[in-house]
Amino acid sequence: MLVVEKNALTEEIEVLVEKFGSDRSSLLKILHEIQKKHRHIPDFAQQEIARLLDIHPVEVFSVISFYAFLNTESKGRNLVRVCQTITCDLLGKEALCNAIEREFGCKFGESTKDNKFHLEYANCLGLCDQGPAMAVNERVYTKLTPEKAVEILNEVK
Amino acid sequence: MENKDRRAPVSQQPHVVAKPEHPEHIGGSVSIQINEKKVTVPMGTTILEACRENQIHIPTLCHHDDLCIAGVCRLCVVEVEGMRTLQAACAYPITDQIKIKTSTSMVRKARRHILDLMISEHYGECYSCVRNNNCELQSLAEEYGVDSYTFGHVQESQYKIDNSSFSVIRDMDKCVMCKRCVRTCIDLQEVGVLEAVNRGDDTTISTFMDKDLADVVCINCGQCINRCPVGALHANDPSDDIWNAIDDPNKHVVIQTAPSPRAAIGEEFGLEPGHSMTQELNTALKRIGFDRVFDTNFTADLTIIEEGTELIIRLYQALVEKKEVSLPQFTSCSPGWVKYLEHFYPEYIPNLSTAKSPQQMFGSLIKTFYADKAGVDPKDIVSVAVMPCSAKKFECNRPEMDDSGYQDVDFGLTTREMAKMIKEAGIHLPEMPKSHFDNPFGEASGAGLIFGATGGVMEAALRSVVEFVTGNKAEDIFDNANIVPVRGFEGIKYVELPIGDKVGPVPDLIKHLVPNWDWLKGATLKVAVAHGTANAKKIMEDIKAGGKFSECHFIEFMACPGGCLGGGGQPIPTNEEIRMKRAEAIYAEDESLEIRKSHENPHVIQVYNEFLKEGPCSHLSHKLLHTHYTKRGKYIA
Ligand code: SF4
Ligand code: SF4
Ligand code: SF4
Ligand code: FES
Ligand code: FES
Repeated sequence: MLVVEKNALTEEIEVLVEKFGSDRSSLLKILHEIQKKHRHIPDFAQQEIARLLDIHPVEVFSVISFYAFLNTESKGRNLVRVCQTITCDLLGKEALCNAIEREFGCKFGESTKDNKFHLEYANCLGLCDQGPAMAVNERVYTKLTPEKAVEILNEVK
Repeated sequence: MENKDRRAPVSQQPHVVAKPEHPEHIGGSVSIQINEKKVTVPMGTTILEACRENQIHIPTLCHHDDLCIAGVCRLCVVEVEGMRTLQAACAYPITDQIKIKTSTSMVRKARRHILDLMISEHYGECYSCVRNNNCELQSLAEEYGVDSYTFGHVQESQYKIDNSSFSVIRDMDKCVMCKRCVRTCIDLQEVGVLEAVNRGDDTTISTFMDKDLADVVCINCGQCINRCPVGALHANDPSDDIWNAIDDPNKHVVIQTAPSPRAAIGEEFGLEPGHSMTQELNTALKRIGFDRVFDTNFTADLTIIEEGTELIIRLYQALVEKKEVSLPQFTSCSPGWVKYLEHFYPEYIPNLSTAKSPQQMFGSLIKTFYADKAGVDPKDIVSVAVMPCSAKKFECNRPEMDDSGYQDVDFGLTTREMAKMIKEAGIHLPEMPKSHFDNPFGEASGAGLIFGATGGVMEAALRSVVEFVTGNKAEDIFDNANIVPVRGFEGIKYVELPIGDKVGPVPDLIKHLVPNWDWLKGATLKVAVAHGTANAKKIMEDIKAGGKFSECHFIEFMACPGGCLGGGGQPIPTNEEIRMKRAEAIYAEDESLEIRKSHENPHVIQVYNEFLKEGPCSHLSHKLLHTHYTKRGKYIA
């Protein structure tokens, strides 16, 4: 990482710490903001957050590794998460996933060649009554069919 | 209850309910019933404590007396009447008149299931494990009669062994997720290297970004090893290489033994803590095949002379010559502390004494002074050090530790590994006849010996400095030359010593450095002692903020709780009570010695007469006995 990038990141985190407070309980809020903006939380950012909250870098890493929605490495430009929990599973998640894999030539757990999508399974999205459910970045789609899912993804830029 | 001077998360702080000061007052105690027996305990006592007090055994795994309560393993579950679920005895503070049952069938079944689940994920074979016969999981399995794998058993290794570090090896296949290492590293030591990462099934203990231990801020203190209940963490054992050297007729293998292993190694042979085995060890090591056995205390004495002289020079420069010098001077014998400072307070490296640790001083003397005297080619010498410490392994591998022209100390061996070698040779240590150390270094002073306990370096230094400056005998100032205020296990000790108006003549050894002591008349020497890096950190923060410790002249820091006697290479278990016993053994040995001050050690005087002729802190002593440090910083690349 270039020095200028590092400095910019530090400044960004400082602003967030200012906003949310320097108590360790601000950690998740700060991580969310960084994740949202950079699609991942670089290790330099983790250490800066640790420094500013006066905790250990490994604690920040521990929290990130716990949450599926926080990553330490940038995945594809768009994150596709299909619910794999029991209700959605019964409602046809597998056919959905097969269709997506076929359409984009890439398995779940991987990114497409052009890095446009990263496919992932997620646990219950809380929309069991409207499954199968899928989240694309921050947006959720429900009552999907394989065709609908592919169509939705093809519209994503 | 948040304890503001601790940085560890609240969940990892000792969060016991405060016990009343007067349990005998109304409301101070509570009557409970354990297995039909009525007992009265002070409010806030945990069920575990109450049971222990009443000789009722409760199995534990994540609980450790040195650490805060975690309540994660659930092995200690008991039934509490009226509660829907079983309760963890270690994490249940009693505030009510409860009725406890510790061995109902539900309790037994739950414990057995927990064990079975742990074992189902435990990949390792006891007979090839460092912790065979001293493993908490193994003994629990025995206690609970585990005779089959109820929930299966992993057949394949799932984790790569991390053997990147010179000191600590991590084998997560054997980890039972008790998080003792996490609490040790974050809460007890405040270094913060280890945490649980991932979630659910995938959870494991790891470092920042899953890096190798050698690439993060680990200070190699090994305290996590000492608290791990199983073989998941262990020291990097060089004993095979040492055996090879012993078996090689062309190698001259010498070994130095430090005071703390001597005070603790008996525990590995079933003795109660608190028996020094110094002279038995000498015999055993000779029988194993070491060519010479030396006493690290000899170079501890030398350290006192070098480090004490350095302090006097710094004080003279500051007070008389009005130069900018870095004060307080910090001790540098604890390699864990040195690396801690290099990582977390690199800007204070100038305060660190440049004197090497006793182990490393010996290393460079053995391959120069001794090689010459004994007529051995230093390239054929293999130099081993028995230490209570895993960080000593890292220290002897620091690239700059080659002032003799070779790697000064080839291998650092922990107390545990030493005991293993002795057993392997078929020797039962306590049965060994006593024998003396080898010349030319001979027996050392009691001052060098007490280095093993927190406050020991300070006491040793003060015994000499006080005599040097006042011209009076240390015995005339302190009862039996025991400087009690710097002893004991309080985390941080602070002592002021007024020098008074009477000063003595400057001793010959350092005459060329200071003309007289007049400049110290009426001065007050301020010193402090800290053990455990969490306490060291408090002092460093105070110094940074310009607090009272910034006005100290000399501060002793030891990375491990209790000092070396509580080191990460010492026998397992190590806890408060055992540390106290080991300290007693060390102080008793000190009092039994004739020479108890470093500057009175005739062999030290001889080294200055014959070899380091220009005296302490001179050119040659700087080359061989002093070192430099590396600004590491805490950024993990
Ligand atoms: S850690 Fe304990 S139970 Fe596991 S292999 Fe080693 S001795 Fe056996
Ligand atoms: S050796 Fe010390 S610093 Fe390193 S992980 Fe263990 S407790 Fe932490
Ligand atoms: S490495 Fe040892 S101390 Fe750490 S969690 Fe695993 S078993 Fe417990
Ligand atoms: S199971 Fe898919 S949203 Fe709950
Ligand atoms: S010892 Fe009580 S929960 Fe582990």
